[in-house]
Amino acid sequence: MNMNYQNYLSKTANDLEPSGIRKFFDLAASMEGVISLGVGEPDFITPWNIREVAIEALQDGYTSYTANAGLLELREEITSYLKRKFHVNYRAEDQVIVTVGASQSLDLAFRAILNPGDEVLVIEPAFVSYASLVTLAGGVPVRIATKEENGFKVTPEQMEAAITDKTKAILLCSPNNPTGTCLNKEELNEIARVVKEHDLLVVSDEIYAELAYDQEYTSFASLPGMYERTILINGFSKGFAMTGWRLGFLAAPSEIISAMVKIYQYTTMCAPYMLQIGAIEALRNSSDQVEKMKLNYWRRRNFTVQSLNRIGLECHTPGGAFYVFPSIKKTGLTSEQFASELLQQEKVAVVPGNAFGESGEGYIRCSYATSIEQLQEAMNRIERFLKTIETKQNQKLEKAK
Amino acid sequence: MKLTNEELNILAILDESHGLSTESIAMQLDMKKDDVQKLIKKMEDENIIVSYPTLIDWNKIEGKETIVAMIDVKVTPQRNVGFDEVAEQIYRYPEVTSLYLMSGTYDLSVTIEGKTMKEIALFVSNKLATIEYVVSTTTHFKLKKYKHDGVIIEGNNDKDRRMVISP
Repeated sequence: MNMNYQNYLSKTANDLEPSGIRKFFDLAASMEGVISLGVGEPDFITPWNIREVAIEALQDGYTSYTANAGLLELREEITSYLKRKFHVNYRAEDQVIVTVGASQSLDLAFRAILNPGDEVLVIEPAFVSYASLVTLAGGVPVRIATKEENGFKVTPEQMEAAITDKTKAILLCSPNNPTGTCLNKEELNEIARVVKEHDLLVVSDEIYAELAYDQEYTSFASLPGMYERTILINGFSKGFAMTGWRLGFLAAPSEIISAMVKIYQYTTMCAPYMLQIGAIEALRNSSDQVEKMKLNYWRRRNFTVQSLNRIGLECHTPGGAFYVFPSIKKTGLTSEQFASELLQQEKVAVVPGNAFGESGEGYIRCSYATSIEQLQEAMNRIERFLKTIETKQNQKLEKAK
Repeated sequence: MKLTNEELNILAILDESHGLSTESIAMQLDMKKDDVQKLIKKMEDENIIVSYPTLIDWNKIEGKETIVAMIDVKVTPQRNVGFDEVAEQIYRYPEVTSLYLMSGTYDLSVTIEGKTMKEIALFVSNKLATIEYVVSTTTHFKLKKYKHDGVIIEGNNDKDRRMVISP
């Protein structure tokens, strides 16, 4: 019997937008000799001491469940890390949950705070999951499009204009994926003022906090009056080069945490035991290596930004993460055309900016989490690609005359 | 000697790879090319940057295979003849690729390279052992090179296993 599965799938699942990255991935994965600037994760492998401790944990038989919120020992390391690095105080007992990746933290946060129809401000260009996670939790994402001339930073006016009586929370991500934009303390304070005035919550995705290059990182929860309103999300993926471990964490007021623990115990139970043990080692004994990786990213950022500007793709200098978000508007191509032609002609993979929201149209995301030699080669290829476009444009102009 | 952050950053890059142009280094560190050049020159003059060797795996090349031995050498220094003088008599030989003064059960650690085991054996018996203050030698041949100067040569090198595109 031929089944029409559309009739069986939920409306929610059917209505979800497919990730804009997917089809591009299929194309890039089928080609050989591709230099990828399309990767949203570190090129470093998890430091050996962390891997070794996790291996030992597995050898020693740490294979059971842990407490829903995660090992207390790990939560204690997390609270002391948050205090040491970001000057925020949380109790390990009832204010922290260890999750399966920061992605799950986001999911838990929205499920815990949203009623059907509640609105969440999503600042775009933004990580591909944000809007869909809000939708899945029954909420309504309200997109705010930031502009390049503002360094892709949201303004209080933009927030004011988007806030309605249904607005429940604002989702912040600094340093940002895909723009690399890092908000400074004054800018965060401006946001905090609006948050307070409209009695909102803030879901603060601080997964790139370790990778802020130009100023000391300010955690949103550390701002006066914001601790009570913030769900702080962080994890091990980016700073510690542990993406595949899927370990993130949440810190928030205990009332919110206890609601999230309820959801977590029914959906996931807990993060893997042996990996949590590895994470303890990460927080205790890896700061030198984290610092070294950061220095490497910083160097590549400088190199990439200067190279792109030099070959004619304008971009602002992003303050963090490992992305730059240059404009490709002058080529006359859409983001997708640019990315796909660049891939086919020169075998360089980038992610079209519109994958991160409509306001990303006209831009591409280049990740510099790859070796300097590869970056250099990629820049040469992009330069060559731009020249062919320019030639075509000139030929068209000639013809038109 | 205390170095500036800029100097330390330059050294960190050169330590990883010296194949990069000064222009690339300047771009990475957000500095002027001339300034990078000046600082490199300064550190060369101060012998902080001593030389720029290339790590070559000669054993991959037919006819160029080498045998490497590390020799523990015990020495009795005499009045007016310290370790430095004995060391000089040893490091002058071109076959000697490195020489260290060690703490512990022996005094000098000599690394030598030769084409055959015989060549190395002859060097030890005819040259090294006959030096006046050398009391004894113990020769260890290297069988396999796994890691050298922080670089894994043979074994499980960490390769890039990431997907080509990810969010």
